[in-house]
Amino acid sequence: MNTGDEMPATAIYQAPVLRRVEVATPRAADEATARTEEVKISTDHVSIKYGEKVAVRDVSLTVQDRSILALIGPSGSGKSTFLRCLNRMNDLIPGASVQGRVCLDGENVMDPDVSVVELRRRVGMVFQRPNPFPMSIFENVAYGPRRRGLNDRRKLDELVETSLKRAALWDEVKDDLRRKSGLALSGGQQQRLCIARVLATDPEVILMDEPASALDPVSTLRIEELMRELREAYTIVIVTHNMQQAARVSDVTAFFTMAEDRAGYLVEVGPTGRIFTRPNERLTEDYISGRFG
Amino acid sequence: MTTTSNPAMGRSAGPKPSLRRKASRGSILADRAATVALWGTGILVILILGAIILHFALAAWGVVSPSFILSDPSRATLGGVMPILWNSIYILVLTMLIAVPVGILAGIYMAEYAGDNGITGAIRFAEESISSVPSIVVGLFGLILFVDDFHWGFSALGGSLALTFFNLPLMTRLSEQALRAVPQEERNASLALGATKWQTIQHVVLPLAIPGLITGIILTAGRVFGEAAVLLFTSGVGTPPHYNFLNFDLTNPASPWSPFRPATTLSVYIWNLNSEGLGAFKNQIVDGSAAILISMVLIFNLGARLIGRLLTRRLTAA
Amino acid sequence: MAQLTSVYRTAGLRARPGLLARIDLPRRIVFLAAASMVAIVALLLAFIAWQGIQLFVKDGVSVGTIVSPTWNPLADKGPQFGLLPFILGTIYVTAVALLISAPLSIGLALFLSEVAPNWAKAIVQPALEIFVGIPSVVWGWLGITVLVPFLADTFHGPVVVSLPIVGQVFSMPGFLTGFSWLAGSLVLSVMVLPTITSVSYDAFRAVPQELRTGSLALGTTRWQTIRHLLIPAALSGVLTAVVLGMTRAAGEALAVQMVIGNSPTLPASITQPVTTLTSQITLDMGNTVFGEPWQDALWTMSLVLLLISITSVVLVRVINKRRLAS
Repeated sequence: MNTGDEMPATAIYQAPVLRRVEVATPRAADEATARTEEVKISTDHVSIKYGEKVAVRDVSLTVQDRSILALIGPSGSGKSTFLRCLNRMNDLIPGASVQGRVCLDGENVMDPDVSVVELRRRVGMVFQRPNPFPMSIFENVAYGPRRRGLNDRRKLDELVETSLKRAALWDEVKDDLRRKSGLALSGGQQQRLCIARVLATDPEVILMDEPASALDPVSTLRIEELMRELREAYTIVIVTHNMQQAARVSDVTAFFTMAEDRAGYLVEVGPTGRIFTRPNERLTEDYISGRFG
Repeated sequence: MTTTSNPAMGRSAGPKPSLRRKASRGSILADRAATVALWGTGILVILILGAIILHFALAAWGVVSPSFILSDPSRATLGGVMPILWNSIYILVLTMLIAVPVGILAGIYMAEYAGDNGITGAIRFAEESISSVPSIVVGLFGLILFVDDFHWGFSALGGSLALTFFNLPLMTRLSEQALRAVPQEERNASLALGATKWQTIQHVVLPLAIPGLITGIILTAGRVFGEAAVLLFTSGVGTPPHYNFLNFDLTNPASPWSPFRPATTLSVYIWNLNSEGLGAFKNQIVDGSAAILISMVLIFNLGARLIGRLLTRRLTAA
Repeated sequence: MAQLTSVYRTAGLRARPGLLARIDLPRRIVFLAAASMVAIVALLLAFIAWQGIQLFVKDGVSVGTIVSPTWNPLADKGPQFGLLPFILGTIYVTAVALLISAPLSIGLALFLSEVAPNWAKAIVQPALEIFVGIPSVVWGWLGITVLVPFLADTFHGPVVVSLPIVGQVFSMPGFLTGFSWLAGSLVLSVMVLPTITSVSYDAFRAVPQELRTGSLALGTTRWQTIRHLLIPAALSGVLTAVVLGMTRAAGEALAVQMVIGNSPTLPASITQPVTTLTSQITLDMGNTVFGEPWQDALWTMSLVLLLISITSVVLVRVINKRRLAS
């Protein structure tokens, strides 16, 4: 996997110190996947409320390391809300409260002790609409590392190059890194820039909230291609309205829907192949065959 | 692991850091310090304002009374400010009578008619320039134009005109904002019915913009009421004589209703008393005058907010 | 159903509009109202410029006097009209006022846009509006009754800063009377605070929320987001705010005149009296006669003030044009 000529990004940061945490066993209800990796993220009876209104109810699922989990379902079923609690971005919404456990490598991220800043470095997020900063391409990608204290010019150069290469944007911008503004790129390029920006913080998980919905079909396919490449090294959770995209790209699919009281809940989760051909639940089958949503 | 087409891909294995490790103690500390400092600025402003209001409330406690407001100035005793207060109100009304119509009309042009051309650019530049010119320079301009060239001497009308010049950009800008706030759909609906542009403005846009326009008027009035430097050189400074309010001869400079007479206002009076430095009761008189000024400012400001909110609610709820 | 006969006179689609409509009176009237501002500025510039150059044109004083440091209009042997004490005085008082006020105002703007909960905003914003409304003479009166005596009493002796071992590090003469450069700057700083705050606040609010979200999602603290993303993104707006504050401070006349002491010499430290263009005009105008060189010098000073304010308008445009280009 390491080709040797690229310096892994983590080596640039100070080596963190801690012993390995015990691996959680996959839940019996989900069928075993072909990849027997450890569990990267597990959520245990997670519910999210905005004030008194329940937005998401009782979601329990696991995400294997280096796999892609797609969250699908109709609008309002709580997919994005659920996604946001994996990096605690719901904290930014006044009145939002989360119950249950959300564990990253076995550690509960909802713990008050946990450093949210550190969590977000390890669990990055790409948004629906590309949001590059009004700075040069180089500065956009270097933003995360700089805030972490990395200012060595040579190391930053390498890190920016690596990140842009992993985001499949390097060849298109390598001559204009410092002169061109991030805002001057096309929509698809901007989104890849945002991905490169996240990669520069050396995350382990990448959350994507409908990353291609604002892009044209060609750019969309490029992003999907990129996701498949990224899966080699990262764990990816993606929210998408596009079922074909979920089928093309993901290893595991989770289907959410809205209950009568307008709270979102998890209907079914399983390997993508099975979900799309032999779903267990009637609701899932109806959604996939287009009968609603 | 399988190699991929992207040679850059790859993660190093290694122990994963705990989330409890403080990301960078320095930056979290800096964040806390910054939050405290920013809260500090908010608290400081409130404290200063509170202190000022309290100071004047206490200083003017024994001074401001109905007799203070209604009686004439006097050197020997603690005189009142009646003619001066009258002048402030007179000049305010006269200024607003001129500035409000012109300002609203100008705002209509800027919001509804102005295109993206050189003339509009010139108007905007003029707007910004007048806003930046020091009030004293506007006063001096009034000195040349009204006091000397027009031979009016120090006059309330000269002061009001100079004040109109000075506040026209503000009134225009606030009117333009109020008109732009009216949604385009309303205009479209009117035009689609075959109404002309002016009819649309007159019957649809203006009525909807009224809350914003009134707020703009009140805010401008607040600024006019407290103005001193402009009036110092146009409407004059001094202690007014007793006003006979039954004298309605507008051409007679002795009549308080005439615009062609000098008119010392509250702000100018304060400055004058300070620089003259005479009189045993100077401090109290000034404190009392200042307290009246501040009260009027408070009334204008809070009034503008309240009336604006009330009218908007009635208009949108209806 | 009976057919509705039209009660309107149909003019037909090709009918020419009537004379009144072609003149479009409403448009002309509102245009005149707006264009009047151009006329006002033009007149203002013309009159002040005309009066301002009389000192050179009519009285034969050399243009270099503007930067001459000697101001002595009543000298028998040859009156001196050097304007440098006033120009420098304006610069000194304005600069220190900005030094005090700008960080505070920008901090307040950040507080309102990034930190303050709604209840705090509902208190601070009206407070700022009231701040704006307080007339300048009231600030001057406060300065003269509260600030000036305070400075005179508290810092009467020389202000000395000494550290252990190193000894005396800094010293300056104390406030003799309290009327001083510092008093003027302090009064000005509270007067321009609302201006800088409100323009900066608008600039911060204009930065889209998604940029903040993007930064926080990368694992930064709020202060890091403010310092490294927000302020650079809003920089042109903040610079505009400071320039506007500077213009207001330089142009303020009465409040400043009441507290700065008005001695037409250059101060050696901020504890000493100083004079500005505006305060000198205010003091002398009433004592001079129209047409005499002394008054012509005052008109030249007003011309200088006018030029300063026009320059700042141009400066603001330059700052913002660069932003639009990027």
